[in-house]
Amino acid sequence: MMMTLKQQLDLLNSQKASATELTQEALQKAHALQDKLNAFVTIDDSSLEAAKSADERRARGENGLLDGLPIALKDIFCTDGLKTSCGSKMLDNFVAPYDATVVSKLKSAGAVSIGKLNMDEFAMGSSNENSFYGPVKNPWNTQKVPGGSSGGSAAAVAAGIVSATLGTDTGGSIRQPASFCGITGLKPTYGRVSRYGMVAYASSLDQGGPMARTAEDCALLLSAIAGHDPRDSTSVNRPVDDYETALSQGVAGKVIGLPNQYFGEGLDEGVRKVVDDAIKALESLGAKVVELDLPQQSLALPAYYVIAPAEASSNLSRYDGVRFGYRAENPADLNDLYCRSRSEAFGEEVQRRIIAGTYVLSEGYFDAYYRQAQRLRRMIYNEFATAFESVDMIVGPTTPTVAFDLGQNTKDPVAMYLNDIYTITANLAGIPGLSVPCGFSDGMPVGLQILGRPFEEGTLLAAGHAYQRATDWHTQQPEGL
Amino acid sequence: MALSADDLHRAAKLARLNVAPQSQQAQLDALNAVMEMVSAMQSVDTSDVEPMAHPLFQSQVLREDVAVEPNQRDKYQASAPNTDAGYYLVPKVIE
Repeated sequence: MMMTLKQQLDLLNSQKASATELTQEALQKAHALQDKLNAFVTIDDSSLEAAKSADERRARGENGLLDGLPIALKDIFCTDGLKTSCGSKMLDNFVAPYDATVVSKLKSAGAVSIGKLNMDEFAMGSSNENSFYGPVKNPWNTQKVPGGSSGGSAAAVAAGIVSATLGTDTGGSIRQPASFCGITGLKPTYGRVSRYGMVAYASSLDQGGPMARTAEDCALLLSAIAGHDPRDSTSVNRPVDDYETALSQGVAGKVIGLPNQYFGEGLDEGVRKVVDDAIKALESLGAKVVELDLPQQSLALPAYYVIAPAEASSNLSRYDGVRFGYRAENPADLNDLYCRSRSEAFGEEVQRRIIAGTYVLSEGYFDAYYRQAQRLRRMIYNEFATAFESVDMIVGPTTPTVAFDLGQNTKDPVAMYLNDIYTITANLAGIPGLSVPCGFSDGMPVGLQILGRPFEEGTLLAAGHAYQRATDWHTQQPEGL
Repeated sequence: MALSADDLHRAAKLARLNVAPQSQQAQLDALNAVMEMVSAMQSVDTSDVEPMAHPLFQSQVLREDVAVEPNQRDKYQASAPNTDAGYYLVPKVIE
């Protein structure tokens, strides 16, 4: 029986289990399923020591919010003394000299990280097939992808190795794998969670967030990681809401907008049917449903695939083979050192995005591509802002299809990018988005996406929680693990 | 507008990446598929729209000009491929 964080916390509080026992069990499952799922890059057996300390704190009555709960981290978050690979050969030998702010926050809340999770290289991908460490398999069907880029984070929760993980979302990388693996994932508002120590892909879009079985657990985890960080100048200095209290708000009286554009061409019929039923369930819980027209949404994919590669080409220029990371052998000169280190250590998709980003930023193309994409971004932002004057949430499918076969889209980058068509708009506009499991199509999980106003994570979590109290999709488990 | 092999090599050079001859055509095809998808945005009239670099509308944060991070050079250089006496070593630059 897979447990939620809340259930594990109850066991700890009632002394029916110790942190050491929970962590031991998580480590055993992680090792046992590694060959089958490949969810981890590093399994950290020394986490048992942290679990022991958590038990001692609890015995003294000094326990924090998450004390003794085993979790795991996407391998994009820097961890002092433990390898942070970002799914790349470039950082295969990189041991960060400091903890990311969210890692420090989780540690001080008492959470026990059992390891670092597999991911698409530098968070670029929608299937986890771009990892230097090989693809992650979907626990519901190991012939299928788990989604990406936080594929290991989603698979580890779906397989019941841990109850919660951290992921990051630049264009859908929390919500899409959450949807493909039948779990709950939240991309917070841009600036709500510190990016310090989170390896950068596209800095104006990247945001870390929780992945768990339930909206309630996401609320718990978000409470621990959200907040202002002086070390991240894009982190917002405003109070963090009480997400656990917000959960009881429900959805009664809330106005939910359904954009025609999220139910049009390209949406799989099986997914549509499941999502329609989920919307009816929200209606029966008291939400008022209205149709919306968001015509600018079709511009999001082109705008994203200019802005994200442009920012990536700049961010990834730091990998030069000099200060850290991979260095090519026997370089002829400094330029050869740069070029060969980068060409030998970056994977195909990463190189493609660096080159595309360099191209759109180069002389003669900057205005036509990069500037134009930034203008479209403003139009998408404005369209959401206007919509949120009349609706509280925007709801639709998280992805156009359920999880696809391994290898199905690897030769066609545009087909792969289309996976993120409903999710990337939230990153461009900076708004929060939640994906909750809402049923199955062809035996694979379907996710319902709920988007909200900036800093209204509480409203989304309350809607997800109300839905999960009325349905049992989030309690379904894959068989044979 | 499709990228030519010259465009690919120019961008790769700026990005300090090598293009292997055997993968050049595959790279070009994939890049051009992406650029074709992106080109849908060219037809949109955005003449009166202000570019948006960032979803937050806040000013840059200032702080006192004092050192707040301790010196941890040895720890930071532990991950470096090649160092000597606190310096990063690279191939000879000046003949």
